[in-house]
Amino acid sequence: MNESLAHKVYAQKLSLFKSKTEWFAFLAFLVLLFLLPRFCSDRVLTILTMIGISITSAHGLNLLTGYCGQVSLGHVGFMAVGGYVCGVLTAKLGLSFWIALPLGGIAAGVVGLIFGLPSLRIKGFYLIMSTIAAYFIIMWFILQLYHITGGPDGLAVPRPKIGKYVLSSKLSYFYLVAIIALISTIAAHNIARSKIGRAFMAIRDFDIAAEAMGINLWFYKLQAFFIGCVYAGIAGALLVHYYAFASVDQFPFMDSVWYLAMLIVGGMGNTWGAVIGAVVLKFLDELVIIVGPILSSLFPAVAAQFAASLSLIVRGLIIVIFLIFEPRGLLHGWEKLWTYIKRWPLFMG
Amino acid sequence: MNFFLQLVVTGIALGMIYALIAIGFVMITKSSNVFNIAQGHFVMLGGYLGYTFLVITGFPLWLSILCMIGVAAIMGLIIERLLLRPLIGHPVISIIMMTIALATIIEGMATLIWGGQYKTYHDLLPTFSLKIGFVSIPSEPTIGFFISAISVGILMIFYRYTKLGLGMRATAEDLKVAQSFGIRATTVYKVAWAVSFIVGAIGGLLLGAISGVMVPLAEIGLKAFTVALFGGVESLGGAVIAGIILGILENLASGYLDPLLPRGGFAGVFPFVVMIIVLIIRPYGFFGLKKIERV
Repeated sequence: MNESLAHKVYAQKLSLFKSKTEWFAFLAFLVLLFLLPRFCSDRVLTILTMIGISITSAHGLNLLTGYCGQVSLGHVGFMAVGGYVCGVLTAKLGLSFWIALPLGGIAAGVVGLIFGLPSLRIKGFYLIMSTIAAYFIIMWFILQLYHITGGPDGLAVPRPKIGKYVLSSKLSYFYLVAIIALISTIAAHNIARSKIGRAFMAIRDFDIAAEAMGINLWFYKLQAFFIGCVYAGIAGALLVHYYAFASVDQFPFMDSVWYLAMLIVGGMGNTWGAVIGAVVLKFLDELVIIVGPILSSLFPAVAAQFAASLSLIVRGLIIVIFLIFEPRGLLHGWEKLWTYIKRWPLFMG
Repeated sequence: MNFFLQLVVTGIALGMIYALIAIGFVMITKSSNVFNIAQGHFVMLGGYLGYTFLVITGFPLWLSILCMIGVAAIMGLIIERLLLRPLIGHPVISIIMMTIALATIIEGMATLIWGGQYKTYHDLLPTFSLKIGFVSIPSEPTIGFFISAISVGILMIFYRYTKLGLGMRATAEDLKVAQSFGIRATTVYKVAWAVSFIVGAIGGLLLGAISGVMVPLAEIGLKAFTVALFGGVESLGGAVIAGIILGILENLASGYLDPLLPRGGFAGVFPFVVMIIVLIIRPYGFFGLKKIERV
């Protein structure tokens, strides 16, 4: 982060928007966000909704992994907890979506707390394995509790409604997701620059030093798990209510990897990095869906398995390329380029 | 009682397969401190390679094993050079993400080349029937048992008495110190990945002969990680003992607990429950080195 040159006063460093230009850019973005979808097709709206849900979920993982350094490969499991709790509360108990959504988030957070307990003693690979185990245990429980969750048959859930108006159209649901994604982005940004966020970063950078400075590791690591999993739970609830159906197939294990890849591609430990990563990788998925049939028509011998394998290979290659050539993500690459352009004759790094 | 003994015997056989996969994983951890998530995919690839050489090209058993070892060694070297070498000195999460990406690519490639179909070659290994009392001992897992035991023996001697083996342990302990003693880190990594791929491929060949090969077979790697964590990620003998214990426990759990649960399937999730418990109680495993910091 090469920002020290740009700030003249400390207040500017602290402020959410660095200049008036950024304010206007943000306002223009808001206007575009709420006007443009009116002219989009259903296909594009689906993509945009999925991007919004991914952004919400990626923020949770970013706070947990990017800021606090606790790598989790069970993120989709916590999404499933949120999705199922919210789905069951609305479908079986007839609770309003607006009460069930935060309850789903809190339920995911509590489950995250339980599986975050090992993080107090282990880190690195060991923590990754325990979160993988968490995913499989959660999925097994969901299948076991088939009286409530429907097990492998899935569970039909109602679309959310405001008063008498049901959010059944894609456009209305997109607005819901967009507002929640926006709130979660602002909240994530503010958590990251508050006392909690700075404690997370201290733990990530050097845990022994952090403890020596008086940061309670027990409290803050569990807090990171709780916050990260609340985000995951809300994203999972949004996903379930979008399809109006909850099933374990909506939460495949590889998606956890894909959320981590979003952070790597966008830039770990930065709110905008999570947003950029989610947007870029979701568009990449769409590209593969579009390009896949064209390529498989060129190689008819392997056409049947081509579509399935192409997305796997592309996903793997993207992670490989970013890890080798730009491990700090697109955001850092852009910052390097911008500094180079701005200070061209003087700064050639 | 017979039911119990039968569960134990088949559990040991199952555990030896877990152990063989865990050994390949321990190999890499022991020499380069890299945790290889793709180990299960090496196994799956080994199974498909065995199918290719034994069934498609129709080589005899010894020639196809030689061919398989050759292919596996070359692939291990390529993977190390292209994917892992650039990441030396990077944080743990980057390296683990790299092995996950490798797993994804292998899965995609296997789907592309072999069509992701179920392949099997049952009658290629020699069979025999053994019965002690009322307990029948399956023949293919017994062969697996001996192959695992032999490979563990060879690897243990290699790590204790050869210069390269000792150098590999030193590199895992501290890269800079090892380099200042004149150990070539790149050679160490090359050998570790090649050997680990070979061990994984042999495990895949055995599994292919026992139960057939398909792409989801790679998930067995996740269970092998439990074995490795249970035994301690640096202990070859620990991997074998833990493999047998876990195999027996898993069989007993599915035999006695599944009738009580409405949907069954407890055997599938059991290793993960063990993993969480091990990680909370004894994170360094039961035979590993106690060097995990508790902060």
